[in-house]
Amino acid sequence: MITFSKRQLKIPKFARDVYLVTGGNSEFRRAFPEKRTEELCIDALQESARYIGMTAAELKKYIHTCYYGHFADHFGDQLLGEAVIHDRLGLDPLGTIGVKTGGATGGSTIWEAAKAVASGYSDCTLAMGWERMDEVPTDEGNHLISCAADKDWETPLGHIYTGYYAVMAQKYWQVYGREEESFRRTLAEISVKNHGYAYHNPFGHAGFKITVEDVLKSPVVAYPLRALDCCLMSVGASCVILADKETAYQMCKNPLLVYSTAGSHTLRPACRRDMDIPLLPNETGETYKNLDREFPGGERYPGFTGFLAARMAAYYAYNWARIKDPSEDLDVVELHDAFTISDVQTYEDIGIRPYGKGRDYVESGDCYHTNPKTGKPGRLPANLSGGLIGCMHAVGATGIMQVVDVMYQVHGRHAEIHGDPERWKRYGKQKPKDWEDLQVKGAKRGLAISHAGVGSHVTCTILMQPDARLDK
Amino acid sequence: MSDYTIKVVEGKYKLSGDFHTIEPNKPILDTAGKLCGITNPRNMVYTHSYGGEAPFFAGITKGRLIATRCDNKDCKDSYESVFLPFRIHCPDCLERTTEVDITDIANKSARVYTFMVCERSGAFNTLEKPIRFVNIEFEGVTTILMSYLLGKQEPKIGMKVRPIFRTKSPTYTITDLAFVPAETAEKDLPAGFTFSK
Repeated sequence: MITFSKRQLKIPKFARDVYLVTGGNSEFRRAFPEKRTEELCIDALQESARYIGMTAAELKKYIHTCYYGHFADHFGDQLLGEAVIHDRLGLDPLGTIGVKTGGATGGSTIWEAAKAVASGYSDCTLAMGWERMDEVPTDEGNHLISCAADKDWETPLGHIYTGYYAVMAQKYWQVYGREEESFRRTLAEISVKNHGYAYHNPFGHAGFKITVEDVLKSPVVAYPLRALDCCLMSVGASCVILADKETAYQMCKNPLLVYSTAGSHTLRPACRRDMDIPLLPNETGETYKNLDREFPGGERYPGFTGFLAARMAAYYAYNWARIKDPSEDLDVVELHDAFTISDVQTYEDIGIRPYGKGRDYVESGDCYHTNPKTGKPGRLPANLSGGLIGCMHAVGATGIMQVVDVMYQVHGRHAEIHGDPERWKRYGKQKPKDWEDLQVKGAKRGLAISHAGVGSHVTCTILMQPDARLDK
Repeated sequence: MSDYTIKVVEGKYKLSGDFHTIEPNKPILDTAGKLCGITNPRNMVYTHSYGGEAPFFAGITKGRLIATRCDNKDCKDSYESVFLPFRIHCPDCLERTTEVDITDIANKSARVYTFMVCERSGAFNTLEKPIRFVNIEFEGVTTILMSYLLGKQEPKIGMKVRPIFRTKSPTYTITDLAFVPAETAEKDLPAGFTFSK
């Protein structure tokens, strides 16, 4: 589809408001030889119960239907893994369904769970996601991931998903990055930032302090991307509990309003066709009048330099939640930093910066908790969890972990959860002596982007304190 | 190795031989000898229909590049659009498309839109590493085909290239199609590959 009807561009709306009551994570690691997946899911559910002062048994009594995000059945050689988890959580005979949309599985699971509440079918839903990627050797894992590409037109070409993705990075690198050394260093800064934030996050498994030089010296994976530009491969689980207003206030004192939208684009990047750029509320036709002159080679939209699915998810979400400018109206974001370069692409897709100008979000210092240039709070801090590069990428859980971390921020409880010495101890880690409080002061609105592979599915979830809503 | 044959007879798959092999499970122990888990070996063969795309995959084994075109005059977005990857139905009007041979257009106009040199591969890979992924634009074609570059030159955006075909001992997969720099001589083509026929 390269032109849209008015009906297709309808701004979405829930039939009734949906609230986020609570959420929780398991620990994330590269492998858990000593734990079954169900143990990780139960850890996440127990975390979410404790967060609102309930027992898991008390929390379960509110749940009416369940939505499970688990992407890669073939990694675990277990079809209907969702039914296994549902049983082990003791939630039979409630209605349940599995959701899988690649890397966006977590966000899509929330999208489904939210719509069930909005429609009135359920007053309280569970959205739980997990992934188990430690049960095959890495090269077989690469093959299994490459099965998410087109099995006839792409997978036989190397059985390596990185190759299908990295051609887009190359195009962006050459057209918008102009192959500049300064841009290469900007990409490295994203990795330094996200590993650095994960250092303060007890849930994550790759928190460490590195420098731009460390990133630039790490092995090349697919030029210009190096090992430290890439996300982690993790095992773990996350969940959230959603409810209608009345139920939400029975369960906790301060539930958060939820807006959740989705977009999609071709599974094969090859099938992307040239089209007009759909505009966000902070853009006009003038914004892109000179784009192809300023960046020769960027004539096609989205070509291989943008993600239409992300743009559409943001279009629906911003117009619905009345976000005019994400940098003005949001306080914190969690983006799908699968690779440093795709993180920059996403800044543009969701309007934090116009197309071609994404690097400025990093170079200005706006994306930091504390702007390193000014020493003042960053304008719109990104990925304070450490993101996929520093914290985790356990595919089905990722989009949910992001929303949980935004929830901590918007509730003002980020330091309480991330700084709890008992949690660090429980995960066999030492809380760093130089641990930093990454709470964004006064955060009222946050956003999470959940993104699949080459951009086939993207969701946008916005959380708000109810008194900060903009649509009423 | 599985030893099997398969044919389509009167609209049904006719299978004979072994499509999987059985290997025993092995326990996974920790250093103290405590049982942690079990291996589950799986060696099996899938059968898969190319369906309406079969003409494309047959075409590349014969040195021809077959695309499709929407010929529905009522299709507002895609009338006369040419698709490669081959689409059986127009993505907009969903009418059946028409097969068009674009080999000559490809020979004259193929250019690299973007590329990636990849040192790694997944299990079951049959291509030589590093793999030089290239995405190819053709004149008059709406989409951008993914393939791989062979030959000695490194890929560049905008580079003129030509399709080559594994017409000798084809694999009947997308790997039977590759590209080489446009100036490559026939004698320099990789073993098993030819220019269009």
